[in-house]
Amino acid sequence: MMTVAIVAILVTMVLALIRTFLGPTEYDRMLAANSFGTKTVLLVALGGHALSWHSFLDVALLYAMVNFVGTIAVMRFFEYNNPQDETDKPESAA
Amino acid sequence: MNVMLSWLSDAFLLVGGFLCITGGIGLLRMPDFFSRVHAAGVTETLAAPLLLFGLLLQMEWSLDMVKVLLILVFVLATNPTATHAMAKATLHGGTRPWVKGKNEGKAGEASSNP
Repeated sequence: MMTVAIVAILVTMVLALIRTFLGPTEYDRMLAANSFGTKTVLLVALGGHALSWHSFLDVALLYAMVNFVGTIAVMRFFEYNNPQDETDKPESAA
Repeated sequence: MNVMLSWLSDAFLLVGGFLCITGGIGLLRMPDFFSRVHAAGVTETLAAPLLLFGLLLQMEWSLDMVKVLLILVFVLATNPTATHAMAKATLHGGTRPWVKGKNEGKAGEASSNP
C-alpha cells in the first residue's frame, strides 16, 4: 500500500506541474509550485522509509521549511507589485 | 495487534493518496484561482496528515517518529498560512473571484474593474 500512496503522490506532482506550466497568472503558478513542494515533502518521507534511506526525515523537514519561506517571500513580492493592475495605486486613479 | 496496525496504516495511506489525487485534479480543472486555492488547500490539510500517520504506524519506536510528528505539525501549521497568504496577495493584486454569469469566459484572468 506504500507503493500506491507513492504513485498517487507522483501523479499529483505531475498534475501540479501541468498547472505550473499552464497557469494563466503568476499566482496560479505559485500555488501549484507550493502544492508541488508539499507533495515533495510527502514523497521524501514515504519514499525514504520505503527505500530505508538514512536521515530522510531531516531532508523532508528542511524541505518543508524552505518551501514555506519561499512561498511567503514570493507572495510578499507579488502582493503590491502586479504590473497588470493599477487600481490600487493612487497616481493612476485620476 | 500488528495486523491491526498494518491494516490501519494501509487504510490511512489509501485515503491519503486518494485525497492527494483529488487535490491535484481540482488544481488542474477548477475555473479560477480562488477555487484552485480551495481545492489545493483543503485536500492538502487532510492528505498530508493521513499519509504521515500511515507512515508513522509502519515505523519502529525511535527518534524518527518524533521527526514525523514534527513534520506533521509543521505542515499543518504552514499550509493554511501559505494558502491564506496566496489568496490575500491575489486579492490585493487586483484579481476578483469568478462569479457565474458575471464575468464568464474570463475565468482565471485578472479583471481590473470588479
